[in-house]
Amino acid sequence: MSASADEKKYRWVGTRPVRPDGYDKVTGRAQYGADFALPGMLWGAVLRSPHAHARIVSIDSSEALAMEGVHAVLTGADLPDPYADDFDKETRHLACNVMAREKVLYHGHALAAVAAATAEIARQALELIHVEYEVLTPVLDIESALSSDAPLLHEGLKTRGEEDPAPSNVAAKVEMGHGDVEIGFGLADVIVEREFTTQAVHQGYIEPHACLAQVEGDGKAVLWVSSQGQFAMRSLTAGVLELDLSQLRVIPAEIGGGFGGKTTVYLEPLAVALAKKTGRPVKMVMSREEVFRSSGPVLSTRIKVKIGATHEGKLVAAQAFLHYEAGGFPGSSVQAGSMTVFGSYALEHVQITGYDVVVNKPKGAAYRAPGAPMAAFATETVLDELAEKLKIDPVDFRLANAAVEGTRAAFGPRFRRIGLVETLEQVKAHPHYSAPLQANQGRGVAVGFWFNAGLQSSAAVHVNADGTVSVVSGNPDIGGSRASLAIMAAEELGIEYDAVDVLVADTTSIGFNDVTGGSRVTFATGMAVIESAREVIQQLRERAAALFETDVENVVWEDGRALAPGLKDSEPLDLKTLASQAGKTGGPISGRHSLSARGVGMGFGAHICDVEVDPETGRLTVLRYTAVQDAGKAIHPSYVEGQMQGGVAQGVGWALNEEYVYDAEGRLENPGFLDYRVPVASDLPMIDTVIVEVPNDGHPYGVRGVGEVPIVAPLPAVANAVYGATGVRFTDLPLSPPRVLAGLESNGKS
Amino acid sequence: MRHVKTTINGERSEFLCDDGQTLLEALRDVLQMTGTKEGCGTGDCGACSVVFNGRLVCSCLVLAAEAEGGQVETVEGIAEEGVLHPLQRHFLDEAALQCGICTPGFLVAAKNLLEQNADPTETEVRFWLAGNLCRCTGYDKIIRAVLDAAAEMRGETS
Repeated sequence: MSASADEKKYRWVGTRPVRPDGYDKVTGRAQYGADFALPGMLWGAVLRSPHAHARIVSIDSSEALAMEGVHAVLTGADLPDPYADDFDKETRHLACNVMAREKVLYHGHALAAVAAATAEIARQALELIHVEYEVLTPVLDIESALSSDAPLLHEGLKTRGEEDPAPSNVAAKVEMGHGDVEIGFGLADVIVEREFTTQAVHQGYIEPHACLAQVEGDGKAVLWVSSQGQFAMRSLTAGVLELDLSQLRVIPAEIGGGFGGKTTVYLEPLAVALAKKTGRPVKMVMSREEVFRSSGPVLSTRIKVKIGATHEGKLVAAQAFLHYEAGGFPGSSVQAGSMTVFGSYALEHVQITGYDVVVNKPKGAAYRAPGAPMAAFATETVLDELAEKLKIDPVDFRLANAAVEGTRAAFGPRFRRIGLVETLEQVKAHPHYSAPLQANQGRGVAVGFWFNAGLQSSAAVHVNADGTVSVVSGNPDIGGSRASLAIMAAEELGIEYDAVDVLVADTTSIGFNDVTGGSRVTFATGMAVIESAREVIQQLRERAAALFETDVENVVWEDGRALAPGLKDSEPLDLKTLASQAGKTGGPISGRHSLSARGVGMGFGAHICDVEVDPETGRLTVLRYTAVQDAGKAIHPSYVEGQMQGGVAQGVGWALNEEYVYDAEGRLENPGFLDYRVPVASDLPMIDTVIVEVPNDGHPYGVRGVGEVPIVAPLPAVANAVYGATGVRFTDLPLSPPRVLAGLESNGKS
Repeated sequence: MRHVKTTINGERSEFLCDDGQTLLEALRDVLQMTGTKEGCGTGDCGACSVVFNGRLVCSCLVLAAEAEGGQVETVEGIAEEGVLHPLQRHFLDEAALQCGICTPGFLVAAKNLLEQNADPTETEVRFWLAGNLCRCTGYDKIIRAVLDAAAEMRGETS
């Protein structure tokens, strides 16, 4: 189902062809990160800290090195010193996360690596590396990190954004807003203030991190790796190892899910360093346990939100304090969380303060709309309570306060054209919103907002001699972007979709691209493809003009053919004909374009969720779910729907089941899919989708990013539905059966 | 090293393996059949699903040596002579994959279901596939593709 405001007629845009890489992915041919092998290849393995917080006194690897089949042992001492004066300061924390120096900061922190003849020998050799630790008291939550007698993770760490700070575990303070909240709350008839917590969750991509490194005789390295960006893998690996970018070529593997988690390096610098040390190719693959313990989840948060409204239902003031755990090194998503917490609404008086807090847990990484779902959980739950107190329909309440074009956002700028109102109207009109409910069932609605990214992209379009077209991109295809790029190339050129193939190239074969992230590829790389195709059309017109013996201004390109409307007896020349004669008319026909994308279209979604509670056990079942989202323009609607459905499933998992469980010493107790339970097929209903199309005038076809918005609304949509079913306002996630049961009991409902 | 003689996708196959190696490791690292994926190594995600002597199993939980004299079916054997199976076609036509890492396991599991139950309900499909994790799709399009492939195989649609 889609609700389109766009009347333009397209041939391919908006259709649902099979993705170019489809055949390989349903036959087992597609090569992911762990699918590469080379002759003479060694296997790497990583020794990881059993302690959450400890000083490394000594590492003795002599016994491991003496083991038959072991070729090398690597420790921090073998890598460039991140504390050296000339080491890039921006890379220091990354380098210390990849390989611990002096201190280990979480259970699972890497501190040595081995290369051996087999994976089994490498694992056995890890047990022969002897490490002496001075175990320190771990800091395991925001409360204890902030206390005045808390042990410091980083002795010199001072709060950025604070005047004259003393060393602490608070890495940064961010402040934003406008107006005066004291005045604002003075105008309020009703005020709701609540504090919320969320627990650490993992992106849960099914493919563990994997790479293969080879070093050539001249010292140049090649890295095959599954990631969200071959260029990011190159720059980050080169940064840790202090290599010139030209000395490292990164070849992108197919990627088995990332969701933000595969935008940084863990194994890659170690694999390259081991390959250099041994002169042999080195393959490294994380186990699932390592993925949970040692890659980058998103950590716990504590958010206090206070919102005031008038009797008429107008929001007058909002205030938030957000504490986000960053993990062992600074850099949580609190900045984005602060920017999105009130991002969907028009507010005259707003004040937001965020804190980035280090704790002894793995360094967090990006996770789909980083920082926004937890912030939305807080705001949208408070709004639901306000609507109830004011006796206003929750959708009407949001409509009355929704941000529109020109609204000054809480994070500063004024919105360009956005589709929040259109999205909410589709929610109201949807049959789901008015469908009857039974006993123990409830319905929740919530809004989700995400900025979407533009960033840098490069693409090339090559015309082959037979009239087929090769599109070259530099962004790994996580969710069907080859199809959307091929659609846009075919649309521009006016040729068959099947005549277009898309290659994701390595770092030496295409200009720079930022990561596949920020919901940016169909938007930004799509524009690079469109501009490349337009460059091809310009060349085609020039070639046709030569054959027509006229000026290029007299030639137009329509429906895949060059025409000279003013010229008598000129037969149209199609792409195939012009391609076959390219050698005689000026050489290969080829366009390329690089850009730093402007005109990002911000994205809004609104969700309806029905749940049923079992009062005996506290178990929640999602009965029905509808996601409505403004996509600007859906290039391939099936993959837009897929993003919406996948985001909902991850958000529902975050709301209901998923959480990292730590023991008192900071050891992760559930590093596997059995105990860290992501939603399975039998947990979910079909997920209905409505694509709203309010075009983004910053893109030739109106595209907005769609990948991240859909994970933002589910946390509050589920919690608001649970309130409907139980009458209990739950403020702590996940809503696992014991927590729900406790809530019911305290409310006298069970 | 153990010498194992087995049948994979209808073809006789021999390989050498260590006693401790799993069938998944033998397939991927010894035979270079990397279509079968490893997502967890503990039988929790289903990415390594194969059919072993007619039963759907996680190949990470089967020792390679157990394959002696047995029959193994993997994703590489689902298309016949380059012609896609209805499940594979419906997965593509209905966009039932995004990253595609879980797809081989889902196809193997779904094919095994349809061989036992040609007309499963949505609930039966959901519970049969509950051992296969997908983090991208929310399962919606996967379930529809399996139901539509089943209908086509029953001759109900083209």
